[in-house]
Amino acid sequence: MTWKDLNVGCVITEAGNAAEYKSGDWRSMRPVWDKERCIQCGVCYIFCPDAAIYKTEDNYFEADLYYCKGCGICVKECVTGAIRLVEEEE
Amino acid sequence: MPKRVGMEVSIGASEAVRLANVDAIAAYPITPQTHIVEHLSEFVANGELDAEFIPVESEHSAMSVCCGTSAAGARTFTCTSSQGLALMSEIVFIASAMQLPIVMILANRSLSGPLSIWNDHTDVMLVRDCGWIQAFGENGQEIFDLTLCAFKIAEDHRVLLPFMVNMDGFILSHVIEPIEILDQETVDSFLPVYNPLYRLDPDNPVTMGAFAMPDLYTETKKAQDERLKASLPVIEEIWEEYGKLTGRTYHPVETYKAEGAKTLFVTMGSFGETASTAVDAMREDGEPVGLCKIRLWRPFPFQAFHEAVKGVETLIVIDRATSYGGPGGPVAAEIRSALYTLDTPPKVVDFIAGLAGRDVAPGDYKAMYHRAQEKIASGDIAGYEIYGVRD
Repeated sequence: MTWKDLNVGCVITEAGNAAEYKSGDWRSMRPVWDKERCIQCGVCYIFCPDAAIYKTEDNYFEADLYYCKGCGICVKECVTGAIRLVEEEE
Repeated sequence: MPKRVGMEVSIGASEAVRLANVDAIAAYPITPQTHIVEHLSEFVANGELDAEFIPVESEHSAMSVCCGTSAAGARTFTCTSSQGLALMSEIVFIASAMQLPIVMILANRSLSGPLSIWNDHTDVMLVRDCGWIQAFGENGQEIFDLTLCAFKIAEDHRVLLPFMVNMDGFILSHVIEPIEILDQETVDSFLPVYNPLYRLDPDNPVTMGAFAMPDLYTETKKAQDERLKASLPVIEEIWEEYGKLTGRTYHPVETYKAEGAKTLFVTMGSFGETASTAVDAMREDGEPVGLCKIRLWRPFPFQAFHEAVKGVETLIVIDRATSYGGPGGPVAAEIRSALYTLDTPPKVVDFIAGLAGRDVAPGDYKAMYHRAQEKIASGDIAGYEIYGVRD
């Protein structure tokens, strides 16, 4: 994008385009769920500051890695200790 | 028919804002700007001006509110001085980056410390690089005219930038002068209703003031710089149009008795009046002097300035602010830079004078003229001299 392509005052005319921003790029650690321990309470879903945790078809939870920054709040809040962070290797 | 009425210049300035039919005013009172804010609040309270008058707890809030109202599509005005400008300065830079066509009168006053309420240009130089259009008026009529024109220029879709009208504190703000006040019909024919290019509207949402990562910030600054530079011909066009309407045409650089002059004084703001009187007297004594007044400080009118000083041997710049430890007052530093590419540039002698309300009378211009001759004769024109300081 060149300077000539910017709108006056750098206004962004497309609403809600923050959703395109891949905050998952910030991540160095990734949360993984242990289904043996998970009681499907949804505390991780509620506490996720980026709304990056969704419910799977079988009522467990997973992180949307496009947005998940790997902050670890879900790990900290999980009642049964079912979530742990693993190193991103890619 | 326009009326010519004796009034305080601050009242004349508020009349211009009333006639511009602003939608929103957010300001915090500070000497010497207070009378403008007071008078505008009376207009709103009396129903003479249909606007939101938003009293705020600080100038930082004043400029923040102005950004909000302007972003919502309201014609917006504020005014301040000195410490008030310093406090709002954070948002002053944001207003120009967001290209919000706010109009502000700055009643120029020195910055603390020591605490001083009196007039110089220290405050405006604090925000020299804030990206606003910055113009200086010399008398009450000019302040009235420039303020009305400021709305039209700022809101022009080729410009869309905030506009700062500089008015010397006390020397102008508290002086009673005859001012020709236009009638509403004439103003309405000149100044159309503000038509925002973008505005905050829940039915048509946009993002204003988004952040920029390093891979885009440089492009935003280039766009902002080009935008400010491109405002110059529009400013000239609108001042011409105003001239056809009123008989008073303003120019980015104006000269007085410059014909045949070997030396020109260079001033900004109200000093132009006294300097004219001094030039008259010195011309009677046979001295080849004239005057060059910089009306438009940003965008700086390089071409007009070069034309104004063509063939002149010496420029005596009267600076009204200090760049401590720097190359000279901000105006002289700018002018030396502007002359650098010329093959035979005039010599520049820089005096810092009139700080914090210290009088600079016609006799002082004569004294500076002779002092400049001495400095040139001795070959010592580098840097600057603080005129009249007690050694």
